[in-house]
Amino acid sequence: MSALALLFLIAGLGLIGWLTARVRAVSFRRDSSARFSSLPSHHGTYVAMWTVLPAALFLAVWSSVSPALVTDAVLETPAAAQLPANKFERASVLSEARNLAAGRSFGTFNPLSQTLAPAYASAQKRYDWISSAAALLLAFATGAWAFTRVRPAFRARTKIERVVMLLLLGASLIAILTTLGIVASLVFESARFFRMVPIGDFLFGTHWSPQVIPANDPGSALGAVPLFWGTFFIGAVIAMIVAIPFGLMSAIYLTQYAAPRVRAWMKPILEVLAGVPTVVYGYFAALTVAPAVRDLAVSLGVTWASSESALAAGLVMGVMIIPFVSSMADDSIAAVPSSMRDGSLAMGATSSETIRRVLLPAALPGVVGGILLAVSRAIGETMIVVMAASGVATMTLNPFASATTVTKQIVDLLTGEAEFDSPKTLAAFALGLTLFVVTLLLNIVALTVVKRYREAYE
Amino acid sequence: MSSTPPDMGSPEKTPTDWRGDAMQRRIRRRYRSERRFKLIGLAAVMMSAGFLVFLLATMLSNGIGGFSRTEIKLPIDFPKAGLTLDASRLAGPGADMALAGAGIQGATDGAAIAAFGKDGDQLISDGAWLTVRSAVKADPALLRGRATIAVPASDAIDIAAKGEGSNEDKAQVAKLKAAGVLTTGFNLSFLQGADSTDPTMVGIWGALKGSIFTMIVTLVLAFPVGVFAALYLEEYAPRNRWTDLIEVSINNLAAVPSIIFGLLGLAVFLNTFHLPRSAAIVGGLTLALMTMPVIVIAGRNAIKGVPPSIRDAALGIGASPVQVVFHHVLPLALPGILTGTIIGMARALGETAPLLMIGMRAFIASPPERLSDPATVLPVQIFLWSDQVNRGFVEKTSAAIIVLLVFLLAMNGVAIYLRNKFETRW
Repeated sequence: MSALALLFLIAGLGLIGWLTARVRAVSFRRDSSARFSSLPSHHGTYVAMWTVLPAALFLAVWSSVSPALVTDAVLETPAAAQLPANKFERASVLSEARNLAAGRSFGTFNPLSQTLAPAYASAQKRYDWISSAAALLLAFATGAWAFTRVRPAFRARTKIERVVMLLLLGASLIAILTTLGIVASLVFESARFFRMVPIGDFLFGTHWSPQVIPANDPGSALGAVPLFWGTFFIGAVIAMIVAIPFGLMSAIYLTQYAAPRVRAWMKPILEVLAGVPTVVYGYFAALTVAPAVRDLAVSLGVTWASSESALAAGLVMGVMIIPFVSSMADDSIAAVPSSMRDGSLAMGATSSETIRRVLLPAALPGVVGGILLAVSRAIGETMIVVMAASGVATMTLNPFASATTVTKQIVDLLTGEAEFDSPKTLAAFALGLTLFVVTLLLNIVALTVVKRYREAYE
Repeated sequence: MSSTPPDMGSPEKTPTDWRGDAMQRRIRRRYRSERRFKLIGLAAVMMSAGFLVFLLATMLSNGIGGFSRTEIKLPIDFPKAGLTLDASRLAGPGADMALAGAGIQGATDGAAIAAFGKDGDQLISDGAWLTVRSAVKADPALLRGRATIAVPASDAIDIAAKGEGSNEDKAQVAKLKAAGVLTTGFNLSFLQGADSTDPTMVGIWGALKGSIFTMIVTLVLAFPVGVFAALYLEEYAPRNRWTDLIEVSINNLAAVPSIIFGLLGLAVFLNTFHLPRSAAIVGGLTLALMTMPVIVIAGRNAIKGVPPSIRDAALGIGASPVQVVFHHVLPLALPGILTGTIIGMARALGETAPLLMIGMRAFIASPPERLSDPATVLPVQIFLWSDQVNRGFVEKTSAAIIVLLVFLLAMNGVAIYLRNKFETRW
């Protein structure tokens, strides 16, 4: 029986349970005038739940156990005696046979798998029947038990609501699980990396050339300082030189000067800048901005102009960040009490003097927090640098020279052909861990600053 | 401002002379700086909007050519083309088999050489025979005589016809135009095909289908989980260390760089659970983890917006807490939740980096049929085409970007519409 048919059958049983329980509960109502805690449909749902959930749980557990059971059954057949003793060869023959039996295979490399495939197919079929029968029986049994509990005084609704609450709690726990998953996978893979490469070499080494990693001293080619510098230079310096003035001045103009109609139109238009996919920015940077920057550099007489310059990537990244800075600045300026602004205006200061000497200093912590958040977003940005920045790690202050970033290197390291256990691919996880920690710290600092500042005016 | 404050008590201080020259000059200076400041602000807004306009205009002008293609009217003399094809089989179910072995590719190239000289087969696309094949399949009667079929021109001719490329190619184009065989048509195959090595034959449908599959998985996973988590945190969660932990994780997850989610997908879904590489289901799972916090945060704000009086009223007439939430709070908060969900989904649709991490950068020449088939998505397809050296891919990349932006615009439009239509001010 196919899995889909089985699920339909169980769902059908659940539906039958729902209907019969409901009919029964309705009949109670007709016969008495007592007050009930639950509606007939609550009783129905209670029975349907008891029909479907245990069987579904059973199938979920079974699907994780059954491959091992099937393999055990196959190993007991006489044909399995010819299996090679080597663990890896054995596993590869078995998986080939399994694919063959499931009809997923186009060809075989090992003749033995041909002989094992029928055994697999029959064992699989046998266990499938057992599990289907058991699941249906379970569904029927638990459903019937729940049906016997349908009585006028039975509080079906509270039982259902308990399950609903569990469901809601489980959903919110997924956020913790995801965080744990991120931390665990990054830490686990990075630990393997740091077993091969000393952590000091990685964090403080100044030479990065993962193309050629000497086997006896992998740390000498995996010093990440140039990447940290490139990330900082592109994301926190060049991008911010663009984003801060434009974002801040846009926010000031739109909140303090612009007519409501202008504001209603311009604010969404600026927000579109944040909604454009980063791959589009990356293509724009590579196709239009990078050649223009190189031509500019050549006309300025820079001899080392690269067509994958830090400036091109940083400029485009800055444009992408503008709406982010703008909306953070908007929020913090709006949070300054209007009494301060009114006081300054009443003393005869012009609007710009009020903004520069009263509003901005008062909003500064919020603005700084917003800028830190923007930096954290910029250094985690990937596609723009993947498409427009260079892969060569350099430490330079020249914006026309090439520079690379952590995110760009993660992509480059993981899309090569190397096997997974090499220091080259594991280095990507160490870089990812560094990126995660840095963005996390930036976020925590920024949010604390913003929060303190909010409290100061409440 | 730097002058000492007037001291009213002492008789030797005179009040500020506002009409005096010095003061008037100073006021003028202050007003000038006021105007300058305002102008700088206006310039910042205008330039930011200008960046956007420039970006969109560049993509539009580069990409509009990707939707049209140059075609050459190729005369083919089918009886003399040497096809090993039995016309009677074309009617039945074996038509594809019969056509596959018929040697149409050679016949098409031969016809091009016969029509346009020695290098004639260089003028038509490598995939031109596919057009001939479908024409024959649609109308087997063609096989009986001479027919003129419009086939896609080669990459070089296509570029030259659109005003770029080498002078030789332009000369060829002029010659073909003079002969009256060159036409420009809407590039339907761009909307129907999948990836290809030949820019004249590439299409967007494969990537679009992959995107749709991925988005379905993302929505099915992220929406219920996000809404349930938001309901729990906003309505039921007791204030304790555990709920604080959940809140901190959600807020942090929303700020984690997307590439980190890609690393998670690679380490967990591919290397631990051994799910298929490059499949839509893995992409959907990864993006769901990324989108879920966005939905939770938007959902919590929407739920917060429902006034307490509604809850109190429902509780007052005897509803249980679960009934209050599912019968009253959730329906009222739903427009806000949906708006947040669409915005989160739009972000997921444009996301590239995490999908590169889980192997979605392979050359996929056919649209995926199932969730576990190798697939590619629109932004990744854009990234892959942008890497191609072939000149013909530039306009295809920009055209794909236009398609992606149209989808994002539509999604955001729906979100804004929902917000305006259902937003309730309490």
